[in-house]
Amino acid sequence: MPSTYTPIATQTLGSATSSVTFSSIPATYTDLVVVYNTGVTSTTNDYVRVNGDTGSNYSWTRLVGTGSAAISSRGSNDSKMIVGDVTTSIVTTQIVNIQNYSNTTTNKTIVNRSSAPNSAVTASVGLWRNTAAITSVTLLPDGTTWLSGSTFTLYGVKSA
Amino acid sequence: MSPLLQTFSNASAYAYRTFVAAGGDYESIATVTVGAGGASTVTFSTIPSTYQHLQIRGIMLSTTANHADVTLNSDTGNNYAAHALEGTGSAVSSFAGTSRANMFSIFYTPGTSTGVGGGVADILDYANTNKNTTVRSLRGTDDNGSGNISLISGLWMNTSAVTSITLTARGGTFTQYSSFALYGIKG
Repeated sequence: MPSTYTPIATQTLGSATSSVTFSSIPATYTDLVVVYNTGVTSTTNDYVRVNGDTGSNYSWTRLVGTGSAAISSRGSNDSKMIVGDVTTSIVTTQIVNIQNYSNTTTNKTIVNRSSAPNSAVTASVGLWRNTAAITSVTLLPDGTTWLSGSTFTLYGVKSA
Repeated sequence: MSPLLQTFSNASAYAYRTFVAAGGDYESIATVTVGAGGASTVTFSTIPSTYQHLQIRGIMLSTTANHADVTLNSDTGNNYAAHALEGTGSAVSSFAGTSRANMFSIFYTPGTSTGVGGGVADILDYANTNKNTTVRSLRGTDDNGSGNISLISGLWMNTSAVTSITLTARGGTFTQYSSFALYGIKG
């Protein structure tokens, strides 16, 4: 059976950065997975954009447990897709699954899990209303910066 | 292979050597992509027992709001149980079932032309004949004003090794371009 779940690129930040982009992503895989371990300057939500699209072409639904409440909320006609909470030390771990990213027939769905141990646990789903193949992925915290030392790895998963 | 360029918002950029793993523990076993005629079921059969865990990844489309319910080894008896935690964007709910004929759904779609259901499901220790089989799933769909994100946990009350997995469209069919891929993870 063909081996897959291939690391495409990885980066450890050497300084605070407001966004991280993986670009020129080859179309040779079926799904993409981004795994990142991060912190931010001030606790916030973090988001995904694709193909540099900053238009109101995204929407999302999330499920959040804070320890004192279970919450579900959504965003419509948004400029980005939510992943989860990120806190001020590098303890947040997130996994973003970008399904069937290179097909040119369907809109694109991402399903995510976020663990911010001193903030919240989150499951989320996002939709990019565009059938284009995804060639770049941008990860960005809302209104703040990723801390130096944060790590991001992009994997490609290819089906038989 | 050209290096992958990564840019930062401070206008700096790095180029990274890309690489391919020489061999790995995560292998693609089979893929089913639904054709123009649609499909009411998708089955992965003759699954080798040589892995530790299985994973299903995919997308689901349909012309009606629809679920992909899971059964194992063609067992449609009341031998399943499941729990779910669900968020719809406006409400949180949880539900459970025992003595069920299937293990709940590991994919869901709103059945519109724009919404696409996505999910990742793990079938843990599937070949172990000393324990019942557990399946867990992260599944979700969003349609710009409606959505559903769920965590599913399922149990097959049978210690047999899993040799087949069937996804059944609860209503209607899986429509064209639905795609489900089975992977094996070595232990």
